[in-house]
Parts: sequence; structure tokens; C-alpha cells
Amino acid sequence: MSKASLAMLDMGIIQQATVDAIGKLSPRKLVRNPVIFVTAAVAALITIFFFRDLLAGRGNLLFTGQIAAWLWFTVLFANFAEAVAEGRGKAQADALRRTRSDTMAKVYLHPDDLKSDLWRPKPASELRVGDLVLVEAGDTIPSDGEVVAGIASVNESAVTGESAPVIRESGGDRSAVTGGTEVLSDWIKVRVTAAPGSSFLDRMIALVEGAERKKTPNEIALSILLSGLTLIFLITVTTLWGIAAYSGTVLSVTVLVALLVTLIPTTIGGLLSAIGIAGMDRLIRFNVVATSGRAVEAAGDVDTLLLDKTGTITYGNRLASAFVPAPGYSERDVAEAALLASLSDETPEGRSIVALGRGEYGLPEIDKGSAASAIPFSAQTRISGIDIDGRQIRKGAVDAVFRFTGTSAEDAPAAFRDAVDRIARSGGTPLAVADGDALLGVIHLKDVVKPDIKARFAELRSMGIKTVMVTGDNPVTAASVASEAGVDDFIAEATPQDKLAYIKSEQSKGRLIAMCGDGTNDAPALAQADVGVAMQTGTQAAREAGNMVDLDSNPTKLIEITEIGKQLLMTRGSLTTFSIANDVAKYFAIIPALFVATYPELGALNIMHLATPESAILSAIIFNALIIIALVPIALKGVSYRPASAAQLLRRNLLIYGLGGLIAPFVGIKMVDLAVSALHLA
Amino acid sequence: MTAVGWFQIGVLLLAVCVAARPLGRYIARVLQGKRTLLTRIVAPVETRLYAIAGVDAKHEQSWLDYTAAMLAFSAAGFIILYALMRFQAILPINPQGFPAVAPDLSFNTAVSFVTNTNWQAYGGETTMSHLVQMAGFTVQNFLSAATGIALAAAVTRAFARNAVGTLGNFWIDLTRITLYVLLPLSIIVAIGFLISGVPQTLLGSTDATTVEGAKQTISLGPVASQEAIKQLGTNGGGFFNANAAHPFENPNAWSNMLSIWSMLLISTALTFTFGEMVGDSRQGYALLAAMGILLLAGVGAVYAAETAGNPILAHAGVDVAGGNMEGKEIRFGQALTAFYVAATTGLSCGAVNAMHDSLTPLGGLVPLFLIHLGEILPGGVGSGLYGMIVMAILAVFIAGLMVGRSPEYLGKKIEAREMKLAVLALIILPLFILGCSAIAAVLPSALAGLNNAGPHGLSEILYAYTSAAGNNGSAFAGLNANTTWYNTTLGVTMLVGRFAFIVPVMAIAGSIAAKRKLPPSSGTFPTHGGLFVGLLVGVILILGGLQYFPSLALGPIVEHFLMTAGKTF
Repeated sequence: MSKASLAMLDMGIIQQATVDAIGKLSPRKLVRNPVIFVTAAVAALITIFFFRDLLAGRGNLLFTGQIAAWLWFTVLFANFAEAVAEGRGKAQADALRRTRSDTMAKVYLHPDDLKSDLWRPKPASELRVGDLVLVEAGDTIPSDGEVVAGIASVNESAVTGESAPVIRESGGDRSAVTGGTEVLSDWIKVRVTAAPGSSFLDRMIALVEGAERKKTPNEIALSILLSGLTLIFLITVTTLWGIAAYSGTVLSVTVLVALLVTLIPTTIGGLLSAIGIAGMDRLIRFNVVATSGRAVEAAGDVDTLLLDKTGTITYGNRLASAFVPAPGYSERDVAEAALLASLSDETPEGRSIVALGRGEYGLPEIDKGSAASAIPFSAQTRISGIDIDGRQIRKGAVDAVFRFTGTSAEDAPAAFRDAVDRIARSGGTPLAVADGDALLGVIHLKDVVKPDIKARFAELRSMGIKTVMVTGDNPVTAASVASEAGVDDFIAEATPQDKLAYIKSEQSKGRLIAMCGDGTNDAPALAQADVGVAMQTGTQAAREAGNMVDLDSNPTKLIEITEIGKQLLMTRGSLTTFSIANDVAKYFAIIPALFVATYPELGALNIMHLATPESAILSAIIFNALIIIALVPIALKGVSYRPASAAQLLRRNLLIYGLGGLIAPFVGIKMVDLAVSALHLA
Repeated sequence: MTAVGWFQIGVLLLAVCVAARPLGRYIARVLQGKRTLLTRIVAPVETRLYAIAGVDAKHEQSWLDYTAAMLAFSAAGFIILYALMRFQAILPINPQGFPAVAPDLSFNTAVSFVTNTNWQAYGGETTMSHLVQMAGFTVQNFLSAATGIALAAAVTRAFARNAVGTLGNFWIDLTRITLYVLLPLSIIVAIGFLISGVPQTLLGSTDATTVEGAKQTISLGPVASQEAIKQLGTNGGGFFNANAAHPFENPNAWSNMLSIWSMLLISTALTFTFGEMVGDSRQGYALLAAMGILLLAGVGAVYAAETAGNPILAHAGVDVAGGNMEGKEIRFGQALTAFYVAATTGLSCGAVNAMHDSLTPLGGLVPLFLIHLGEILPGGVGSGLYGMIVMAILAVFIAGLMVGRSPEYLGKKIEAREMKLAVLALIILPLFILGCSAIAAVLPSALAGLNNAGPHGLSEILYAYTSAAGNNGSAFAGLNANTTWYNTTLGVTMLVGRFAFIVPVMAIAGSIAAKRKLPPSSGTFPTHGGLFVGLLVGVILILGGLQYFPSLALGPIVEHFLMTAGKTF
């Protein structure tokens, strides 16, 4: 077993899952899974026959006993697979639950009067929606809510795992607080928005535990097909009794059951729920909580991704990309001046100018010394700079620098004006650099597209997913960034209404849309989208509207979420194909074994040359049980996945799981048969 | 096997495809109500018929209305046909003066013709009057075929349309298919049969004096006209008991080739119709390719098994250079007999030009297995196409997830409702084929009808129910099926084989039509091209093959091994 799967299946989970697998034998739990239920029912039947024969002292006890045992193992292995998948979620749920101690809330007596200071303590579990509570430094926030007054820094690590505190204040997009998180400083008044037991943390615990797990639409459809196949094979096996009787063979119930269980799709039937749970689990490991399995499935089907430009496609800030000198100066002159002017500028833009100057032009570290005095940026002057060695170096918005140098735009050199125009037209921001009254040149600030994002979008395109950039920029700037990033489409000067309209129009063409958002005004679009990922830092309204919450608040994750959804569906499809393809070999093991006594000529079908009829049947049953365990790691990890077109994916998976599914059991059954006959088990 | 034999098969297959392509497009135009070559001649008749029947040509039906209309129409057809046979003795055009047909046989036969099965538990020339043959059988040959094509059209529209509640109008589809497609084609093919020497007369029989001087009564009748629609509509019910092996139904090699060509024609054409109507002809090619591969494999298997012959006969000193010729007509030869055997069972036609009972075990396995696969290669007119679409849906559902999207076929999502209905449709065949066979295999009264013991007897029972459930109608013939047990159980099996399959399929069509059609992208599961064809072939073989493998192992497969070991029963 590889290191990764060892880590995945740590011993604690395996021990717990072994116990749980036995607990899941209760008929009420088994009936949820028709294929395994049928297996358990016939296992019980054979067990009864075994004891009947034991008491009567007749029949092939060793054979019947072993068949009964392996049928039970088949059921247990399927239960075990599900228990392991759940176990990983349970471990996380326990961790979450430990953080949720039953706190006392400070509830105001007059919830509608924000000015009233009368409160009394009340257990958090008794809070109602609409209650107003006071949370002070050191308190745990008792329930989900909206900050209506005050400002506080909050430690949300209990939910997000991120230890850096975040600011929560009334109004705006940072007003949502989550129950179970802790206020570190100051105080806030919180309006409770979640009923007891349905807070974000409660739901998250329920989700990771799988308590609220409902079968997803595709899973239901697949279960129907598997049940149908089970029914068809039940017909095949039941009628075989009559057809065999005509031929003079009396088939025992034991061998008919053995044939049935090897034919019905126990492999995928046993692993189906584990695959679903593991898919949700992969998302949670990724710090994304989906409120339903349906959303994870939909993520695999997404046709269009609506991506916010800032933070997803570009770095959040505009960065310096070039220095353009005015006539009479060199690039190096501009770089040097710009660097000096930005030494005290701690904004990302300022730091990027320093970094560019040092990196591209190899400018040395400069000691500002005491002779220098920094001129900080102010909103009024819109310039910053430094007075050093008698020089007055400034950089800032072009018109502000003109004011500083006392020149007008018309006086500036034509080359300088051209550079400014060119940068503005390309969607960048020009900053002028001046030394005293001399214009040295222009700094080109631009949105820097993340380096690997274009390749990422190309991958998505090859998978048939369209990417759409959403930005508040004007159309010119947006078009420039869009072409650089390689997105398929963009929405410029986007308002939340624009997003909603775009989603609706795509959906009317039959496409599934995923988007992420954090503000309250994103909520309608999040609700409309097929996959709406809300940021944990976002408002309560946004978190309610989406069907996933990203605890890291990282909008880039939309891409990974889509991939996890696809991987879940691929795993399900691959193992279904594998399971059905397996049946061919099982026929070649069992059919000659059943009838070779009546028609020795049918031994010709025993192409695997299995030792005896009993060992052939037993080997098929054992292989059928063991393959479930062997495939548990794939079910939990998902099939290996890399982006490619549907045709490529199909070719590859059909080869591995279709053809592999045909061939593998021939080899596997033969090996089991060698072991069975070496051990004289049959 | 000889190169000449394969050349004959290849040329004939090519001739089918060459004719099927334009015909398929023509049928699409007819079904879409567009103008065609025949509009000028047929339209006045058509509008007149609608006016008489009170059908609004613009009205469209939901899947439920469409299905209800089809069921009502078939029920009426059944009642009329049943009455014709029961009252045969007192009705006109009965030159031989045949008495009324027995109730169980009438039931069986009426069901058989209404379901496009044409299982014949009777000898046509010695049981049925010309009136029953013409007004009963030939009419149903047209109508049951037109019904099948209409249903296929409705199912096709479900995939062609975007979020609508209707599938067309059954009465209009039925009328147009009969008037624009079946009648004109039948006239052409009937003339072809006439030219090749098939009789067409209202005389009951003619008397001849043999060389030895004995008097012989030779049955005659309107054979050419019935032969044409029997083949075109994949009905298969012969005028004579010996079916297309009879020299008046199929006198020579030319008529034999015309026979094969005409039975393959419409079902093949419908795959082109499908591609045309869903707006992507490659989709039709893919279905046709899957059908073609399996059918050709079947032809090859029969051809190989029959030319290899029977080693027991060789040991007995019989000249077996021509392969196994028992039950075959020398005028057709091994190659085109093999093609006929595979085509008639791949098609749900059921006409025979050789006795399937006399095929070698493996040669007999093929027709049996081809029917087991669901009569979709290329299947009965219409029924083959919608059966194939169900298989395509299953293939897409099983393997479609492997591309990381929930399954869709032609832009329509396949979800729980479709799966439920598909499973329902899929269960019918094994339940009746295997269920009835298993009972018959242990029921003494059923076993009494068997002519052969051992595995071959089992094959005969299995074949009878398989043929009935698949609405094929051909027989292994070693079984005396005109008993109350077989007439009744086979009748019921034919009924469910047709209607219990089509109702869920139409429900699928209704739910598919109502879905939004998703635009294809490079992430869409490709349902054209070699990969999908291979997948489809695999799914058909595994789903079809796995259900029947145990019973086949005890029938033809073991018989083959016994034969090579020199054992007989």
C-alpha cells in the first residue's frame, strides 16, 4: 500500500470502521443499499442451510460453510468501505464539536432597542432568531448572527483553521459572525440569525459526519440501475433452476446463490456510498463545505465559471511593470527616482515599484539616512515622495504630479503624453515621476495576471468549461486583462444585477454555472447559480444563498471545486464499468462448474482451468468479496484525474476500467483458485 | 466460407446502405411534414382521411396521449383480426372453404400480427382464407409496421426537441408512414417479386398431375403483394407454412436477394432518419455502425458454423463438402442463407429461408442470441431504433460518468426517472423469455410438444419464447406450438414483448422531450465515433449476453460440444 493511502487510512479510523461495519448489519441500515441487502439476505439463507446440514450431518459442510462465510464478508467489506469513508468525516466532526462548548450568551432584554444596556445571561442553546446579544473580548460568539453595532477582532480558527484574527463590524460586507468563534478584542452586538441546532457549525458537523447525507440525484439513478441489474440476474438465476432441471441437473440453493452474488454488481453497490462520502470529504479537506451532495455533483457538470478578476485572475493589486523615460532621461534614471520616491511607500503598489527597480535594474540598497524626509501619500495631494540630498522626488497620479511641477499637460513633452495615453488605453495606470520641476518619466502600473492562470484556463477549455471574468473595470481595461488571461468572455463594469442576468441567460441556453461571491448584493446571483460558493468572510446573506462555503475565502478554488466534482463522477462511472465488466469472467468460472457433472463436455468452457467445481465457485465468491476491499483506496481517493477532453478521458478510463475489468477477474480468480486448492479448502 | 460468398454478402449489404441513406432522409421529411416527391399525389388523400376521421393535422400529443392512441389502435386491430378468423367460415373470399379458426390459435395469431411478430402456429395455406390473409394479415403487416415507425419517430423527436411537452401526433404519423413510405415501397418491391416469379392471384389452388401420374393440389394466392410488405415491414409472416423457403415465396437467388434487401431496408434507413431529425447525422451513423458490427459478426458465425458442417455426418461417410445442407435450399447457397438467418433474427423479421431447427448448434445459437440482444440489429421497423436508443441511454449512463459529468445523451440528461423506466423495459424480456422457458422446461404438457430430446429440445423451447418476446416470429420449428399452452403463453409473451416494452420507452421519451437540450462542448460525452460504437457494442453484448449465457450454455453451447464429441440424443 502506498504511503498516501496509508496516511489516508490511519489505524484509528480502520479500527473504528471495523466495529461500525458490524453495526451496519442491521437490516434497517442494509435496506438502503439494495444490492448489498440482497447479498445479506442470501447470506442469511445459506447460513440457515449450513446449520440445517450441520444438525442433519449431511451435505458438503466445508463448502457451504465457506460460501456462507464469504457472503457475509462481502457484506461486511461493503459496510467497512462506507464506515471508513464516514470515519474520516467523523474525526473532523469531533474536532469541530470540541470547539463548540455550550456558552452563556448575554441577551438583551429589549432586542429592538440598540441603546438599551439591560442584559441577562442565557444558555446559547436557548437563543431564538432575532435575539440581540452582546459579545465582549474573550467571549465565544453564541450563535450565527449579524453584527448590528460595534467592531471587534474575531478568531475564526475554530471554523476556518486560519489563526489570523479577522475584523467584524456592523454594516458592509464584514458583518456576519459565526457561532463558536471567539471575540479577541472590543465588543459587538449581534442579532441572532440561526435557530438552535441549525447554526453554521451545527450544519457543518452534521455534514462532515454524514448524518444529513442524502443520496444525490445521480447516485439515486445509479442505484436504480444497479437494483434493476440485480433483479435481472435474480430472474436469470431463479429460472436456471428449471432450465437445469430439464437437463437433468439439480442445482443446490448454495451454488445458485453463489452465481447470483457474483453476477449482481456487488462491487459498485458496496462502494457507491463510500465514493459519495469521500467526494464530500475531499471538499472538506480542501476547506470547502458543501451544503448538499447535489452541489458537489453539479460542480462536475458545470459548463461556465464566473470568476472575479481581482484575486482570482490577477493579483489583488496593480503592480509596476515598466518604467518609461521622458525625452532626455534613461530608464535607469526613472527607475532610480521612482525607487527613491517609493521607499517609504508601504502600499503594494509602492513595494512593487521598489521590487521592480531592484530586480530589473539592479539598483542598490539605498540608505535613506537622516538627511532624507519622506513625504507620505495623502488623498488630497495624491502624490508621495522623498526629499533627499536637496532633491524633491515625487511620484503619483499624472495630473497631481503636473500640479507639483507646475506644468500643464500641454507643456509636457509629446513622448511623455503618448506614454501616458498608451498605458491608460491598455488598461494600466500611469504614474508620473518628477524630480523638482523636471518630468522624468512614467511608471506603468498594471493588473498582473497570475502566471499559471492562462494554462489553467486552457485546461478548463479542453474539458469544455467556459471561463468568464467579472470585473468592475471599464470595457477597455477588462478586454485587455481578459485577452492576457485567456478567458472566454468577460463582463465589464459588472454590477450584481449584471452577474444575475448573465447567469440567467447562460442557464436559459442549458448551461450550468458556478460562481463565487461574498457580498450581500451577490446573494441573488449565488442563489441563482447552480454552484454558488460563498466566502466565509462574506455576509450571512451570501453564505445562506450559496450552496458551498469556502472557509479560506479564496475565489480561485472554484476551479478545484469543479475538478473535485468531476473526479467524484468519474470514480463512480469507472467503478460501475469495472464492476459490470467483471461478470464475464465469473460466468466462465461458475457455469462449467455447475454443469460439468451432467455434461462433462462443458468443461471446455473452464478456460481458466480451475481445479474443481467447488474451488471454482468458491474462488469466484472470494474474488468478488476481496475486490471490494482492493478498490476501497480508489473509492476514497478517487480515480486519478487530469484535465482532458471528454473523448480522451473516456478512452483512458474505458481502457483501464472497462478492459481492465474484463481481464482482471480472470487473473484474480485463477490466483484465488490456486490458493484455495493449495490450502485444500475445496 | 468462400470469397464469393462474402462478396455476395458485401454487395447486398452495400446495396442496402446505398438505398437506405436517401430513404432515411426521405422518411425524415415525411415525419417532419415537409414537402416530398409524393406530396402532390398523396396529400389530397391524406387530407381527405383526416377530414373523415376528424383528426386535426396541427394538433400534437403528449407522450401519454400518443401512447394511448397507439394502444387503442392496436386493440382495435386485434379485435378485428380475431373476429375475421373466428368468423372465417361464414365470410366471403374463402375458396378452399376453411372452417373457423380455434379460439386459442386465433388469439395467438391476432396478437402475433398486431405486435409485428408474425409467429405462425398454423400452416397458412391450409388454415386461413384469402380474406383473412389479405384483409387481416396484410393490413396488419402495414399497420403494425407503421405503428413501430411512428413510435420510433416519437422517441426520435424527444431527443430532437428542446423542452417541449409533445411528441407529435400518432394518427398523422401512422397515416403518413403508410401512405408515403410503406405503400409506395411495397408496390415497387411487389413488382420486383412478380418479375422474379412469385405468383399473385386470387385463385385458391391449382391441380397438377405429377410425373408418376398422381394428382397434386398446389396452393396459390396473392403472394407477391404479401411478400413485399412482409419483408419491408419486418413482419415475416409467410403466405405459406414453409415461409421464404417455399418456391412460390422465394423462387430463386434474385428473389432471395430482394427478400434480404427489402427486410433490411427500412430499419437501416431509420438510423439515417434519426441522425437527420436530431440534427447530427453522425449520431445515426454510430447507431448503424454498432448494429452493423454485431449483425456482420452474426452472419460470419452462422456462415462459419454451417460451412464447417457436422462431424458426425462426416464420420458416417456423408459428403459434407457443401457444409451442413440439412434444411437449406440449394438455390440460395450457404452465404446468403447465413445472411438471411442472421438478418431475419437481428431484425425481428422472422421470415426464414432455411429451417433454423436444422442449423448446426452454433449456427442455431446465433439467431437465438441475436434475438436475445433485443432485436436491435438493426431490429424491427421502428422497434429496432427505439430499442437501440434504450441501449444507447444505458451505455451512456454506465460509462458516461467516466468523463466526469452526469450522463447525457444528445444533450438530454439521463436521470433517475429515465433509469427507472429503462430498467422496467429491460426486465420484461428476460422475465418472459426465461420465466416461461423455465416453466415449459419442467411442465409435462409443454414438454409433450417437443420433437427432440436433450439440449436441442431446450433450444427449441427457448427459441419459441425468445422469438415471441422479441416479436421476431421465426421458429425453431421442432416444437409443435399449436397447443393451448403454447398458444396462450406465447401470445401473452408477444403482447408484453411489444407493449410492456414500448410504454416505459414512450414515458422516457416524454420525460426526455420535456428536458432542456444542452449544447455540446468538448466536455460532452461523445456519442459518435469509434469509441462510442465500441462501448455500445460492449454494453449490448454484456447486458444481453450475461442474462442468457447460462441457458445458452445448456442449450446450443453444450450441444455443440456434444456434437464435436460425437454424442446425439
